[in-house]
Amino acid sequence: MIWYIARRIVYLIPTLLVVSVIAFLVIQLPPGDFLASLISKAEETIDQAQVDALRERYGLDEPIYVQYWKWISGIIARGDFGDSFEWNRPVSDLIWERLGLTMVISLFTLAFIWVVAIPIGIYSAVKQYTIGDYLVTVVGFIGLAIPNFLLALVLMYIAFRYFGQSVGGLFSPEFIDAPWTLERMLDMLSHIWLPVIILGTSGTAALIRVMRANLLDELSKLYVDAARARGLSELRLLFKYPVRVALNPLVSAVAWVFPALVSGSAITSIVLNLQTTGPLLYRSLQAQDMYLAGSLILLVSVLTIIGTLVSDILLAWIDPRIQLQ
Amino acid sequence: MTSASSRPPVDMQSDQVAGIQSDTRVVVANQWQLIWWKFRKHRLAMFAGAVTALYYLVALFAEFIAPYSAGTYSAQHTFLPPQSIQLFQQTEAGWRFFPHVYGHKVQVDQESYKRTYVLDESVVFPVGLFVRGEAYKLWGIFTLDRHLIGAARYGDPVHLIGTDRLGRDVLSRTIYGTRVSMSVGLVGVGLSLLLGVILGGISGYYGGLVDNLIQRTIEILRSLPTIPLWMGLSAAIPLTWPPVRVYFAITVLLSLIGWTTLAREVRGRFLSLKTEDFVIAARLDGVREMQIILRHMAPSMTSHIIASVTLAIPGMILAETALSFLGIGLRPPVVSWGVLLQEAQNVRSIATAPWLLFPGLAVVVAVLGMNFLGDGLRDAADPYQT
Repeated sequence: MIWYIARRIVYLIPTLLVVSVIAFLVIQLPPGDFLASLISKAEETIDQAQVDALRERYGLDEPIYVQYWKWISGIIARGDFGDSFEWNRPVSDLIWERLGLTMVISLFTLAFIWVVAIPIGIYSAVKQYTIGDYLVTVVGFIGLAIPNFLLALVLMYIAFRYFGQSVGGLFSPEFIDAPWTLERMLDMLSHIWLPVIILGTSGTAALIRVMRANLLDELSKLYVDAARARGLSELRLLFKYPVRVALNPLVSAVAWVFPALVSGSAITSIVLNLQTTGPLLYRSLQAQDMYLAGSLILLVSVLTIIGTLVSDILLAWIDPRIQLQ
Repeated sequence: MTSASSRPPVDMQSDQVAGIQSDTRVVVANQWQLIWWKFRKHRLAMFAGAVTALYYLVALFAEFIAPYSAGTYSAQHTFLPPQSIQLFQQTEAGWRFFPHVYGHKVQVDQESYKRTYVLDESVVFPVGLFVRGEAYKLWGIFTLDRHLIGAARYGDPVHLIGTDRLGRDVLSRTIYGTRVSMSVGLVGVGLSLLLGVILGGISGYYGGLVDNLIQRTIEILRSLPTIPLWMGLSAAIPLTWPPVRVYFAITVLLSLIGWTTLAREVRGRFLSLKTEDFVIAARLDGVREMQIILRHMAPSMTSHIIASVTLAIPGMILAETALSFLGIGLRPPVVSWGVLLQEAQNVRSIATAPWLLFPGLAVVVAVLGMNFLGDGLRDAADPYQT
């Protein structure tokens, strides 16, 4: 097990390297260096000494790999992500709470997907080719076909039109900038259900199909017949072996559901105006606030990679055969 | 899908003779006939196939099918609600077939100066098929002025799905959007297919270090959160670029990540085919590598690849819609479903004009159709499977 984890962590290094290079590329992509846009946007004139200091700090006159090195070593050694020029604050001040909320929403959604998908998947497989199964399949397909943001818009419209309330945001107005207290936490929990449902639909639909297919494969195996012949009660038979085996691929599905969640939450958050990384990234890209944008992309990617790693380890722990492969 | 495949590929007749006849048909049929027979039994997939074909027809003949051009606007008819078609009209002689829509009167609220439309049943605009309307150039070649559906009298304001804030016809714009959105899917998948087949093929055929390297790359790409990445990359597309170049840049971006699924599929196929007897026989006969791949292995993979491609297109369409919706994908004056949905970006505009969500319906139906079609194709892809 330790060797398996060690190997996975070694695999992680090239992935992180690629991610950091891509994030750095995003910072570099807009034409002209950002100092030029900083100077053009600034309200009062910035004196030359300040410009030179910034130029020195980010290594703008040096070759691109030196700039990359300065950027990445600053992040690793000092947690220094550079400055956001739009907010006039260090990037690290802006991102952590939003990253935390992204994480919270993603984990809640993951739990929601599991809690909903597993029982429905089991039902659908056991009652194969019944009306209930067809209904689940069709609803599942529709769930996969509706883009998250469209679902968000429609639900917001329904809430606005028929219940007369506006449902955006993750906090009530009085809690938006408040420090973390128990009340704020409860307030967040009372708002979080809508984004969780919206984000969860496509993942739930996908996992129901995975669960159904897996369980159907298991149910047709001989050991199930053997157990049934021995007179095991149907419910006990179902949960004791086939469901447990069918759950394995579901754990590994987390590895692709999780990146999709983090990625999908970006757009949903923009529509619902949630305080997560998505809207901040969107605004920073529009304002060409590139250090903020690059850092967000880097951190969100690292988050999903770690999520994938955790799910891999989890899977190896549940199913020891994986370690041998 | 084990249960359906145990049945023979043709419907068994109660008549014994017919059964034997169909059996000989099965034996001599080639692979594509078998696939077609198996696919044909999948009713939902057949229906989905028809829907998909309809979408591509609409995309192909957008100028003819749309009642107006994508840019036609009318300042007097902004946010006009959808007009439902009345098929019959009551006259003194009884009901007669006369498709028409009713006009609207504008009422201005004296306090807030808010304009509202009130249905005015005294004003009748006849609607017809193959009507004369705005002149257009089909595919940039033929100058025509016939439209599939529209106002029977040229110039009548007939907007079946309503209009947007500039008084542009939502139905027409959605139809024009079909062309762009559906083709983004096709072009994007075409590019992914190219990358996927080449890299997946190399990976599966040679194995070893190359395989390992390509598989690691795929794993890295798959663990990335696509939308933030797409947002970052597409935001870097200069605003000064012409629409066509933006279009290609976006499709390239989409396929840069989309190829991984196809590559995995191709690799898996290559791995399982490599040990098949007919491939080994060909190799022992001294057939060249390239010839083995193209003549012997590729034909038995084609059906699977077609199925995966069909399943990959909806993902592309959804991604393009999402990016354009945010304003960092395709940009006006290009009309795609995502660009159209930008008009419906917040609750206030949807509350004013819920019909602006109509392009969203087009997206959902298209994606549903292609998913069902792809599913049916995947089931039928291997007709020899028992």
